[in-house]
Amino acid sequence: MRETKYWTWHMAAGVVIGFLLGLHMLIMHVGGITHLFAPAGGEAISQANSLFRDGRLFFTATYILLLGVALYHGLYGLRTILFELTLKPAVEKAISFVLLVVGLGLFGLGTWAAITVRTIAIAGIRG
Amino acid sequence: MPEDSKSVRQINFHVTRYNPENDRAPYVKTYTIPVREGMTVLDGLHYIKDNVDSTLAWRYSCRMGVCGSCGMLLNGQPTLACNTQILHIASTDLTVAPLPNFDIIRDLVPDLLTMFDKHRSLKPYIVRADEAEINDPAGEFYQSPEELEAYLQFTYCIKCGCCMAACPTLATDARYLGPMPLAAAERYNVDARDDGRRQRNQQTGSAHGAFRCHYAGECSRVCPKGVDPAKAIQLLKRKLVLDYLHLARRKKPCQKLHGPGQGKPLPNIPAGPAKTV
Repeated sequence: MRETKYWTWHMAAGVVIGFLLGLHMLIMHVGGITHLFAPAGGEAISQANSLFRDGRLFFTATYILLLGVALYHGLYGLRTILFELTLKPAVEKAISFVLLVVGLGLFGLGTWAAITVRTIAIAGIRG
Repeated sequence: MPEDSKSVRQINFHVTRYNPENDRAPYVKTYTIPVREGMTVLDGLHYIKDNVDSTLAWRYSCRMGVCGSCGMLLNGQPTLACNTQILHIASTDLTVAPLPNFDIIRDLVPDLLTMFDKHRSLKPYIVRADEAEINDPAGEFYQSPEELEAYLQFTYCIKCGCCMAACPTLATDARYLGPMPLAAAERYNVDARDDGRRQRNQQTGSAHGAFRCHYAGECSRVCPKGVDPAKAIQLLKRKLVLDYLHLARRKKPCQKLHGPGQGKPLPNIPAGPAKTV
């Protein structure tokens, strides 16, 4: 049943990715219409709007959430593809371990980056 | 066969030959035989064996699409040789090969043992706590027509292996359980008399179980009996997830009828004659 657990979370991660990508599209690509999270007006990627978003806890949390679900979804998918090559059980275990380490490493790095950006943005807003 | 008939046509049978005792690899041998309308591929193979090359080997039994023995790859399509008329799929050339995704025992005979091992591992039979009743039945289990309908189509599987041969996942992952065993697991999981779903979940939810299915749907497309194993696997996945999330309804297997008259008879059925003994 362990694989059932992994697969269920894989599907759930896909749904979360879909939701967050929808949010991304609304803010970044149709921002000219929606003006969501763009208090300075104009382009969504302007410095003032970027500093506004990056300084908010909500965005830091969504960056980290998107990073987590995308890493899990992608690495589990990669593991599935590799497992279809009829590998030895020991090789499968090694692949799972390597992907876990890579995933945790990238998640740690990305989380550090998101928090650092937030710190810089808050400092930038304060001038 | 009346070879002087006007409707006789010459068809080239490109047959895969392989004898592991003599050959290093399978090779193709061509036989040209007279074919008349209505002849099945199985008839053609018999003609070759009787008149051209007696060393050709294949597996068959019932000759009428029931036993599932003569599954083979005809013009690239896994199907039953007894159920396929030559002139329906070939005008001049016909390739005949053993089912892929299996080892070859000889010529057109695939080794189906791996399929049956996987099938057996999924407990393809009624599993109940009251095992004594199964082994020494003292009555009948009540099952409604709706409950029968839930799994009926999956009972038509004849274990010919065509779905396993068509499965793209099985082509790369030899340990994948495959469409036939997984459809059999679903068949028993939804049987109202069965209580073994959670036992089967250990296998169907394993790393090479139902979740490896990509839903290509080839298994359902090639099934000569019209079974839909791809659907069975998706139903299996759903039930596995619901079981994991503890959202699946728990229901006891149907109960035994201890004598006549306990079931609900359908309306408008006339009463039987009085007992004479």
